[in-house]
Formats: sequence, structure tokens, C-alpha cells
Amino acid sequence: MKESLLKLAFKKCREEKRPALITYTVAGDNTKKKSLDIINAISKTVDICELGFPHNTPIADGGQIQTSTYRALKNGLKIEDVFYIAKKFKLANKHKPLILMGYYNIIFQMGENKFLKKCEQVKVDGLIVVDLPYPENQIFANKCKKKNINFIQLVSPTTSKERLKKIIRASHDMIYYISMLSTTGGKLKVSPKRILQNFKNIKNQNKSKNVVIGFGITESTISKLKSADGLVVGSSLCSEITRSINNRQDPITNVIRLVNKLKNKIL
Amino acid sequence: MKIKNKVPLIDQHDKFGLWGGKFGGNYIPETLKKPVMDLEILFSKLRKNKEFIKDRDKHFKQWVGAPTRFIKLENLTNHLNGGQIWAKVVSDANGGAHKIYNATVHCLIAKKAGKKFIVGDTGAGYAGKMLSMAAKKFGLKAKIFMGAKDIKRQKPNCDAMKKNGAEIVPVYSGSQTLIDAVSECMRYWVSNCDTTHMCVGSTVGPNIFVKICGWSTSQISRELKPQILKEFGKIPNKVKLYNCVGGGSSSFGFWNEFIDYKKSQVEFIGVEAGGPLKSKKHAAPLTNNSKLGVLHGAMQYVVQNKEGQIEETESISAGLDYSGVSPLHCFLRDSKRARYTSASDEAALKAYKLVTKYENLNPSLEPCHAFAVACAEAPKLKKNNILIINSCGDAIKDKKILKEKLGKY
Ligand SMILES: Cc1ncc(COP(=O)(O)O)c(C=O)c1O
Repeated sequence: MKESLLKLAFKKCREEKRPALITYTVAGDNTKKKSLDIINAISKTVDICELGFPHNTPIADGGQIQTSTYRALKNGLKIEDVFYIAKKFKLANKHKPLILMGYYNIIFQMGENKFLKKCEQVKVDGLIVVDLPYPENQIFANKCKKKNINFIQLVSPTTSKERLKKIIRASHDMIYYISMLSTTGGKLKVSPKRILQNFKNIKNQNKSKNVVIGFGITESTISKLKSADGLVVGSSLCSEITRSINNRQDPITNVIRLVNKLKNKIL
Repeated sequence: MKIKNKVPLIDQHDKFGLWGGKFGGNYIPETLKKPVMDLEILFSKLRKNKEFIKDRDKHFKQWVGAPTRFIKLENLTNHLNGGQIWAKVVSDANGGAHKIYNATVHCLIAKKAGKKFIVGDTGAGYAGKMLSMAAKKFGLKAKIFMGAKDIKRQKPNCDAMKKNGAEIVPVYSGSQTLIDAVSECMRYWVSNCDTTHMCVGSTVGPNIFVKICGWSTSQISRELKPQILKEFGKIPNKVKLYNCVGGGSSSFGFWNEFIDYKKSQVEFIGVEAGGPLKSKKHAAPLTNNSKLGVLHGAMQYVVQNKEGQIEETESISAGLDYSGVSPLHCFLRDSKRARYTSASDEAALKAYKLVTKYENLNPSLEPCHAFAVACAEAPKLKKNNILIINSCGDAIKDKKILKEKLGKY
């Protein structure tokens, strides 16, 4: 595997002595064009973009991301559109890593191979599949590797020590640590100190892996976790889009403002 | 795809939890891996533990009221003038439906796991009602997730849940029916799995929930087999077991003890909800050859569009109004052990009228789907055919709908 854009992004952040800022927004929220405009606009500030491919039965998502998801689907978003958005984004932001995130049924219906071929064509850098845990994901993760796509393993506070070892061994460049027992969008209910302790436990097993923390990260919690390799903000951005739409404001301006604030807190 | 003899069907899965190499499994978020594994270990120990079995049987007998009746429907048989019509009156069970078996076992497990809270989903409201009853009996605090549409149409069961001290959490997302209730319940468990036990209301969800539920409802056929032997002196040559299929827990439990018999001797007929005649929507993934997909943590045939978005279903019966179906039934269908068909809303209502006209039995809209098919097939069959319908629910919960549609209850 050649040096991935993800790895390079983490390296650059490390040199700047800060965590990578990773955002999650839903493809097609609230329109195909708008969601592309949003990630294009924030790509200057953000280190890695995650783009959700919506599924209408998202068992691990809280209210904010569900709202964005249903909105995108209601506006007619199809999986082809997700690849279109990804392609346009990567054409405009050649060096910015893009991760697609979603549920397995969407991949399964398209066919794993066809899905990955599409990812390769539009130059997707990584994939997160919420409901395809280890070891169920081994075959798919290997297929990703062959196409130079990072399969991102998830780890949570309930992951046992033994399991953690195996997952780290199976992981590629990036590991996603779920900060607490929660769906997305939950309030941070564990102290940042404890989260960072768990983070260190993972990190200590293999320093070359980039471990990011997600779930419960907002403007008010982000600075307390900045010793991680990266921090993921999702629900907070989705609510900002919802709020903007409800107030008839431009989501792009508001999301840029929020992302800038988040970035300032981790510099 | 083949079923093995002499091995319980619930155990015929591979190391990934897949039946027939492709149905079921554990398509779950990482956070749930550990609680699911803990539950797998606990359940595999408990089902081998004599004390636990004794305890279960005691509660089934003294509290649930086992065995439920096995009766001949003489008038209906005479009227249809074909095969003999019999019913296993599972609605005799405490609470009025088979959901009591799964609820009781889950509460017993939750106690063993040291959990004080239990959550569950419900569609028709029976799973929720039974969980509230069992939780109350065993001293657990229950929270029931229920679609807002179902709360409206199944009020009597909601009243019972509240009376038993359970909290009903209305779910407003999606179609506001069972599918959304299960999703929301799973989300709640993701956030609270350290303190809370989850009961999935049917043979659906991640592998272990399919197993626990199937193991629990198998009480139905454990009772039925000796009842048939007592009545006929043997298992007759032509037995047909009709059961409605929503998630598939009553039907699986009704069939389990007979799986090793040849289908020419004991035939299984699963009846899904065909929905209103005029509507394209249905809740019959097996009958209509829906594609394989993931729903609620398991690979199964599920009503979905070609992109993999789960589609809304429609049925007059809340208990059958579900887009997916148990992996066990996918396995039973593809191995050709069971046959699946559907009955429309109208056919179920007609069956309700027919059964209640001739018999002192009051089956809810779910089993009326099974009665519809059995009553349509009976006249074409010889007298030596024994048609047994699982009358798995009582219609009192459907009072409002029946009054509206038939003008009487
Ligand atoms: C009386 C009754 N029958 C059948 C069902 C369908 O579920 P299953 O197929 O799991 O038995 C329900 C579900 O709520 C029910 O209440």
C-alpha cells in the first residue's frame, strides 16, 4: 500500500501539534448540490471529510443524523448521487481525504465489488461501515486494502482487551474510537480524562495507527480531547444544517462558521 | 440448503451466526458486540442448567398456564366439509398471546445477568404487554418502544402496559410502526447496554435474540406434540400446521418439535400479511420474493427498494406489519421445509367473521390470516387431513378495528 492521503493528513497535523479535524455530513442534505457545496467550503479548514451515504433504518444514529438522513432521502438522493458528490469533491480537492460512511445493506445491494470499484473510480480514501464489525468485516476489509482504500475499524468502550488486539491487527491506517455507550448525537457522559485514558490504551498497542475519537464532540467538548490523533464532529454539524434551514439561513455560511470555531479550539 | 435432523434448528448456524450460510448473523455496531457475546455465553449456560429449566417450566405452568388447549373446531369442520379443523388455543396463555413465553424467559435471563432494567419493542402491543407483565412479576423496570401509529390502533394493550407500570416510549420516525419501534429500541440499548437488558419481541434481530425467542416459543409445540399423540394415538399421516408470520416467533414455536418429520406428513404453512387488496404495499417478504438484505442486525429477506432502503409495509394487523422476517423462516423456506403464502386484510376479516360465527373462539387479526388460508384449503382436502391453526392471539385488542370494519365486535 502506498502512503495514503489519510496517513499524510495525520502526519501534517502531528507536525502542527494538533489533532486532525474530521467532519461528518450527510450526502444530499439538504440537496445534492448543497451537500457538495458544504464539504467543498469547509475543506480548507477541515483535515478529513466524512460523507454519510444515507440509509433509512440507521440503528446507531441519534436524532440529529437521522433528521439529515431522512431529509436527504426525501429529496430523492440515490447512491449514484453519493458517488457523484464524492467525485466532484475529489476533483476539486485532490489531496483532501474523503471517507464514505454508512450501513452495510447499501453496499450489499450494490454488491461489494461494484461498490468498491465505484469508490476507487471516484478516489474515495476510506470507508466506515457502522454495522459490519470485526470479524465479520475481514473479507470486505481485505478487498478494500487491495484497492488502496482504508477500511476504518471501530472500537468502543465495550471492546474487550483481547478483541482490541485483534481489531488493531486487522486495522489499516486509522482507527475510530467511540467515546461512550451511545448512538451518535448523545451528550458526552464520560469524562474527557477517561476517554483519553482509553484512547491511550489503544494507542499504546501500536503507535503507528492513527486513533480518532468520535461521538459527543461539540464546540464545548472538543478542546478537552485535543491530544487525540483526530476528532470527529458529526451531529453538531447536522443540527446546524437543520437549524439553518428552519431559520431560512444559508447552511453553508453557518456550517463554515461552526467549523472555524471548532478548529480554533484545537489549535 | 439443507436442514439437519436431530439438531435444534436454532443451533444450525455457523460461527458467524448464519443459518444456511447466509441468514441471520450479527450486523451490529461495535458497541453491541460485547453485550451480545455476554448474552450468548449466559444463554448457552442457562439452557443447559437444570435449575433454570425447572424454574422456566414452573413459571410456564403456574403463571402462563401451560398447556394451552388443543381443540377440534367441529362446527367449522362441518361447515367447510373437508379436512378436519383444529386449533391450538395459544391465546389461552396469560395475557392472551404467545409473546408471554419470550417475555418470561428474557426476564429470567435479565435477572441472572443482574440487570434491573429491561427494554423491548412491540407492534400489536402483545410483546410489550407481556414484557410489562413479566417485568412486574420479576421486579424489573420496563420501557417499551412502540410506533405512534400502533399506539393509536392497539389501545387496550397500551392500557395494560401502563397498568403494569411500564413506560411506553412512542416512536415517531419512519412509518411509526413496529420496524421503527425495533430500531429505536436497539438505539436505546446501544446507549444503555451496561445497565439494561434488551428483549426483542420476535425471532428477529441479532442471532442470539432469534435463538432465545425461538427457544422460548417452542413451548407451543412441546405442548402440542403430546396433545396430538393423546388425541390420535400417533402423529397422523397428514398434518398441516398453519400459522401467521410477522417476525415469525409463534410459527417457529408452533413448528419446532415437528421439523424432523417429513413434510409429506407434517406440513408447515406460514401465512404472511398481504395488506389491503387495493394496495401495492404488503408485509410478505417470503411470499413476494423480496431480496436478501440487512435489517435490525440480521441478514434476511426484507421488503426494500433496489438501493437497499427498507420499504414501508401495510397491514390491518399491527403484529404482522413488519418489513423483514426471521432468518429461521428464510432458512425454512429455502430448504423447502415450509411453504409460505399471504392473506389480504379483507381475507383476514372474512376469516374472523367465519370463525366467530361457527366457533366460540375469538382470534385476533394476526391468526385470522392463518385461518383465512386454512379455511380456503380445507374444503379441497380429505377428512383424514388434520389442519391445525395456531390461534396465537385474542381479538380484544382489535376491538376498535373490527367494529369499524365489520360493524360489530
Ligand atoms: C397475536 C400475534 N400473533 C402474531 C404476531 C406476529 O409475530 P410473530 O410472527 O413473531 O408471531 C404478533 C405480533 O405482535 C401477535 O401479537
